[in-house]
Amino acid sequence: MSVTLDVLYFAALRDRAGIAGETVETSAADLATLYAEVHARHGLPFTQHQLRVAVDGDFADWRDAVCAGSTVAFIPPVSGG
Amino acid sequence: MADAARFRLADAPFDAAALRARLLDHRAGAFAAFEGWVRDHNEGKRVQGLRYEAYAELAEREGESVLAEALNRFAIVDAACVHRIGELALGEQAVWVGVAAPHRDAAFAACRWIIDEVKSRVPIWKHERYAEGDAHWLHPQS
Repeated sequence: MSVTLDVLYFAALRDRAGIAGETVETSAADLATLYAEVHARHGLPFTQHQLRVAVDGDFADWRDAVCAGSTVAFIPPVSGG
Repeated sequence: MADAARFRLADAPFDAAALRARLLDHRAGAFAAFEGWVRDHNEGKRVQGLRYEAYAELAEREGESVLAEALNRFAIVDAACVHRIGELALGEQAVWVGVAAPHRDAAFAACRWIIDEVKSRVPIWKHERYAEGDAHWLHPQS
């Protein structure tokens, strides 16, 4: 069974994907599998363990199930300050 | 919780004196502040300017968490932090942290802790432009 959700890309992830975000239809069971899918499709420059993941504006766990209608953001290593 | 957010993203230059004024409190005998500025070099390259991008919704939430945690960890009265986003020129203020506390030890310690946590946790990214004409995102690997 597949669900539709939004994915956000930031910084080097956005540059590589060429888009700030997209609507994705996925049958991934969890967020780690969702990242594997977009990683393969866009040739993203980070492995999953280099990133954090957020759902609807809160940090989440890679093993969390994907939710229809949610907004998933993959967070590359930060460099504020 | 104060009447306004303790952590804020600013898309234009901000007034540090006004931020300091908001922390004035008769319980505080000490105030410590940290300012981060845009410098002209990084890792051997000549920097011409930079751009900060944030995931605003999460950055504001995580920034508030950092400041709330600081209030629990240190004997301080209040603290605030503002981080710039957008295009910045050399010498511009990129980040400001201020802490008011009864005594200076806690003010210094909390100020240092807050800037370190903001740099390592809050989803903000720096894109540097160099004199050689190239530019790239900084994504430090921990």
